[in-house]
Amino acid sequence: MFDASAPRKKIVEVRDLKMHFPIFAGVFRKRVGEVKAVDGVSFDIFEGETLGLVGESGCGKSTCGRAILRLYDITEGSVVIDGQEIGHIPQKKLRPLRPKMQMVFQDPQASLDPRMTVAAIIGEPLVEHTNLGRAARLERIYELMDAVGLNRNFANRYPHEFSGGQRQRIGIARALALNPKFIVCDEPIAALDVSIQAQVVNLLEELQKQLGLTYLFISHDLSMVRHIADRVAVMYLGKVVELASREDLYERPRHPYTEALLSAVPDPDPASAEKIERIILKGDVPSPSNPPQGCNFCTRCPRVMPICQHEEPEFREVTPGRFVACHLYNTDLQQEAPARTEAAS
Amino acid sequence: MTDHTSDPGFEEATRPPRSQWWDVWDQFKTHKGALLGAGFFLFIVVAVMIGPWLWPIPYDAIDIRARNQGPSLAHPFGTDQLGRDTLARMLKGGQTSVAVGITAMALSLFFGTLVGVLAGYFKKLDGPLMRFTDLFLALPLLPLLLVIIMLFRDPLRAAFGPETGIFILIVFVIGITSWMQTARIVRGDVLALKEREFVLAARSIGTPDRRMITRHLLPNVLSPIMVSATLGIANAIITESALSFLGLGFPSDFPTWGRLLFDATDYLQQYPERVIWPGLAISLTVLAVNYIGDGLRDALDPRIRGR
Repeated sequence: MFDASAPRKKIVEVRDLKMHFPIFAGVFRKRVGEVKAVDGVSFDIFEGETLGLVGESGCGKSTCGRAILRLYDITEGSVVIDGQEIGHIPQKKLRPLRPKMQMVFQDPQASLDPRMTVAAIIGEPLVEHTNLGRAARLERIYELMDAVGLNRNFANRYPHEFSGGQRQRIGIARALALNPKFIVCDEPIAALDVSIQAQVVNLLEELQKQLGLTYLFISHDLSMVRHIADRVAVMYLGKVVELASREDLYERPRHPYTEALLSAVPDPDPASAEKIERIILKGDVPSPSNPPQGCNFCTRCPRVMPICQHEEPEFREVTPGRFVACHLYNTDLQQEAPARTEAAS
Repeated sequence: MTDHTSDPGFEEATRPPRSQWWDVWDQFKTHKGALLGAGFFLFIVVAVMIGPWLWPIPYDAIDIRARNQGPSLAHPFGTDQLGRDTLARMLKGGQTSVAVGITAMALSLFFGTLVGVLAGYFKKLDGPLMRFTDLFLALPLLPLLLVIIMLFRDPLRAAFGPETGIFILIVFVIGITSWMQTARIVRGDVLALKEREFVLAARSIGTPDRRMITRHLLPNVLSPIMVSATLGIANAIITESALSFLGLGFPSDFPTWGRLLFDATDYLQQYPERVIWPGLAISLTVLAVNYIGDGLRDALDPRIRGR
């Protein structure tokens, strides 16, 4: 998918992933529709890289991450992790594959059982998937606590005795316990304050270097994604609208939604901040239970064309390694596109 | 505190995680009411278990010349209208009452928790199990008890002897008519807990349902279960008294606290102390159990522990 000179191993392949949640209503709890939280998402993640997944609230980022790990029973599509199709296999068969893929959760307070000690929390995956004896398990727990920078003395404490950053470290230690290859980080820094965010992100990067981890980094913090991700996927209303390498995406956004999203990033320099032309989108995000016909973004797109109203744009590679779902890049309209890109950058 | 450089003010040698039951005990000790309650309850249990052997007067010895006596050295709690020693009857009656209370509570707790957890955790079972609970709640209790006792009293008596048979019957009857509240409370809590992120985290680890329930859900619904348990003991003792009063419980010459209480109500005007003894025993036991429950609930919650 990238240039042929570096054929890297795909560790995650997601194809046309759909996660629809049914809506029941009325006296007989009849199924009256569905929330299309994730509606046809395809991407690959290569070994050792970080794929950032960004988008506004409610666009299906977290659902996508959870669906990939099969925390939900997905509606359609296929997920291949490390060469193994896991899209529709039963949970029982999934269990032995769990050690390969783990998750770091958004809210470190909610994702730790308040009645378990730190040692018990970090040890839970070890109890489930290994035959370590008590002493060996404790040794491994201490190793993990060292790895994430937690004092070993804290092993007997309970989650409520820690600060947010420390709790997130416990969550990360738990995710690392089984030496996973792939970790979904579901907004791991959203609940932390800024100085702690940096610590946690640096920890994640360090661990990636040491252990060769692959991340799917879900976040709505565009600056943080720019810092940590190698490639970035932008989601809007259940679909990936653009997928590109970090530099390409941040320097030369192609999709109108990406442009608008990036123009909203605050600039720390007041002098240049004044010069930014923000693209203000009009209206609200349509309901995911009733997405518009044609392109999902056609109701708010500043560059909407007649074709957008009735035909869904295909998610395709416009230049190598760069995927966009937008009619602006249809081959017959190609001559218009480059001119626009230069103007935007 | 985030890094692992040693903190000079914080010298805690790395030690293996000690059993959390020590922490629970440490916290329980700090709750004075609970400690007092536990002491009293232990005293009652020991007294009713070994008391009848120590106290020289048997509970059914009739001494008609010494009837209706007030407290004296020979009869510290007085005697009843047949001259039977009230202390001996209290001790003997306590055996039954406490045993019925604890066993019936355990049974109803087991039922209630089982139904509540299953209904809350497994979506498919929720509807049927909760309708079943509603059915039990809607049943008129007294006629039901009458029918059950009519049907099963004689077979059970024949099988286990008059006292054990009735004991099993009463415990069972109280157990199956008082589990519904617990089931509803537990179901509600499990429904809320199930959506918490730590359950999702456990699922992402691959924890199977069985251990999800025992490791994550049950410890977290312990508080309401504890409260139900303490109220359950009180409820069971009182229900047993009511059944005895209606003549559906133990034989009339077989003492229980409830039985003694109801027998004494006839003499409430002349000898009020006869109502006071069993009444006091029931209330104090129930109070002690409530305090124990309160202390246990606090001690089992790590967020409250150490405060």
